[in-house]
Amino acid sequence: MNAPARLDDALPLESTVLVVPGMHCAGCMGKVERAFAGLSGVHSARVNLTARQVRVEHEASVREPDLMAALADAGFASQPRVEDLSAPPSAVKPLLAPLAVAAFACMNVMLLSVSIWSGAEGSTRDLFHWLSALIGVPAIAYAGRPFFTSAWAALSKRSTNMDVPISIGVTLATGLSLYETATGGDEAWFDGTLMLLLFLLAGRVLDAMMRDRARAGVDALLRQAAPGAMVVGKDGSVEWIAARDLVPGMVMRVAAGERLAADGTIATGQSRFDRSLLTGESAPVTMLAGDTVHAGTLNLEAPIDVKVTAAGLDTSLAEIARLMEAAGQVRSRYVRIADRASRLYAPVVHTLAALTLAGWLIAGAGLHHSLVIAIAVLIITCPCALGLAVPVAQVVASGALMRAGIMVKDGAALERLATIDRALLDKTGTLTLGRPLPDPASLTALDADEAAVALALATHSRHPLSRALADALSDHRAAELQDVSEEAGRGVSATWQGQPVALRRPDSASGIATALAIGARPVRLITFADRLRPDAQQALAELKALGIEATILSGDNPAAVAEVSRQTGLTAQAAASPADKQGAIARLQAAGHKVLMAGDGLNDGPALSAADASIAPGSASDVGRQAADLVFLGDSLLALPRGVRAARRTMAVVKQNFVLAIGYNALAVPLAMAGYVTPLIAAIAMSTSSLIVIANSLRLYGAAR
Amino acid sequence: MNGLAVLIPVALGLGMLGLLAFFWALKRGQFEDLDGAAARILIDDEDDKAA
Repeated sequence: MNAPARLDDALPLESTVLVVPGMHCAGCMGKVERAFAGLSGVHSARVNLTARQVRVEHEASVREPDLMAALADAGFASQPRVEDLSAPPSAVKPLLAPLAVAAFACMNVMLLSVSIWSGAEGSTRDLFHWLSALIGVPAIAYAGRPFFTSAWAALSKRSTNMDVPISIGVTLATGLSLYETATGGDEAWFDGTLMLLLFLLAGRVLDAMMRDRARAGVDALLRQAAPGAMVVGKDGSVEWIAARDLVPGMVMRVAAGERLAADGTIATGQSRFDRSLLTGESAPVTMLAGDTVHAGTLNLEAPIDVKVTAAGLDTSLAEIARLMEAAGQVRSRYVRIADRASRLYAPVVHTLAALTLAGWLIAGAGLHHSLVIAIAVLIITCPCALGLAVPVAQVVASGALMRAGIMVKDGAALERLATIDRALLDKTGTLTLGRPLPDPASLTALDADEAAVALALATHSRHPLSRALADALSDHRAAELQDVSEEAGRGVSATWQGQPVALRRPDSASGIATALAIGARPVRLITFADRLRPDAQQALAELKALGIEATILSGDNPAAVAEVSRQTGLTAQAAASPADKQGAIARLQAAGHKVLMAGDGLNDGPALSAADASIAPGSASDVGRQAADLVFLGDSLLALPRGVRAARRTMAVVKQNFVLAIGYNALAVPLAMAGYVTPLIAAIAMSTSSLIVIANSLRLYGAAR
Repeated sequence: MNGLAVLIPVALGLGMLGLLAFFWALKRGQFEDLDGAAARILIDDEDDKAA
């Protein structure tokens, strides 16, 4: 034995990251971190609440399932982190260090500047200017890098962006200040330049923070669904294999309530399948051995073995993925409002500065004097408040939406959502809850004893129908049962007060149902149906009040769609394929409409990426959640009008901010062109206008109500 | 003037100290989980004894 491991006494620690989506408060954090306390071999556990993850440092002897079991005992479902979905690089982090440097330098230089403004003269002023330069120049070079690189990238592609005027202004102002310092001049602009960088960086950080935050929320949802399958080996052993490692020929064992991870044919067993995620069709389909089943369908009834015929990129999902890639051009063509503003702004500013220079030269001022005034114009017009106008408003609004359970993936989504005038709604899973719920009529028909037995039986099964029934009956007290046994595909049976009781498959029923048999009493049939989301009617009425016409766009069969269409009073298009949905959106867009797509399924993916804005429920498929701009948690459909209202208010505030910021420029620019602006005036004007813009944006705090 | 010669380096030094402390915190991952940091203060350690 010459294994090099185990040489040192201290066992090497391993670290495991588990995703715990259910964690949302301090109490949960405490419980999760303490859950591992009883486990020997665990050294430490640290929760990251933003990412909804816990990192556990443990000895190699502790296995992942032990950790998950410990968490399950504490009441938290967890999943190992899917590596290829591991946190995308944060957009905030690279900006924090420049922000800190700018803040430090700005404060110190401002301190020196204040003494100059209050009358320091001669050698003291020169000394303070030199000190400012000493702090300011390296700080500007470091803190300005994000702007310089972005401006350079734009210029080398022969285009322009907000960073180009910023970079030009900053560079010229620094150069001029250095010259003034070296020649013992009156005014240096290091303070103003650094303040400009500080405010702009603060705006960037806020913008990035919003994106990081929403992405963390959505990623936590995405990581919940562990894509993969239990694969039966040749020797009968069963092992978990991730979806991307499945290959044709493998046999997957799919329990009732699980989704298929790959396409295949049923090798043994038969069951009923919910294909709504894939096709929008809500009625379950019975499949026998030899039938073809697709990835993404939900096995409803009995465990089956499926022989994989296509996995990964070859599945029927790949078709949808290809459609999605082709879609989304509308979005990539969308130009954010800040960039649109800067396209107008930059030429105006540079023309003004050039005119000022020319004007003063013609008027007979010296080159140095003219340059100083032209650069003052550049500094005073640098889009300081403009840089804050959009991100601050969007951050405040998306924070408000997040508290209301709506996650906004990025600021552009809010801008696009504000323009919406048509809404297309998927039926299954969007207008409806997308899961079978027991019919209230058949529940009220049960007497107290029957309800108690039904609840007790339902809690003993993990079948989706049982769980729905247990939820619906949770007001009742469960009866005491003996000899409970569950037979896959048949149901749960037990003994209650000496009588045999069972919750089983009905002998004959149309649609989804379960039968409750108690001793000699007549068998009760409990029917299940997918129901409209709560508040669906109110949400549709509010959308209408917002001037948004809604229609249903479903892949389900016309009869099922007609039923929902009748309940909601909306017109509908049924039996639409993913390509049909995308086509419907393209037609509306061609007619000049801005379309909101609300959908959840894989079949909605292309439509979600093609629409001007899109929203998906948190219960949606991975594809749906990834393609949508907004994801709402909870069951209520009121998230739609709420999101639109908040987006419109945000855009109103953004426009006000532009007016405020440009209004300040309109006042300051004539002063600057006339040569009256000193560094003191620039500093005051800049910070005042920024504060006003921030204060105005904070009014959006309650925007999601 | 002599006061300045002492005070300015002191002021700058203190500022630098703050900046270095921030960089240290950034490097140590103190800004990885701002939501969690805000919630952590509320974790009730007394639970251990009750449990």
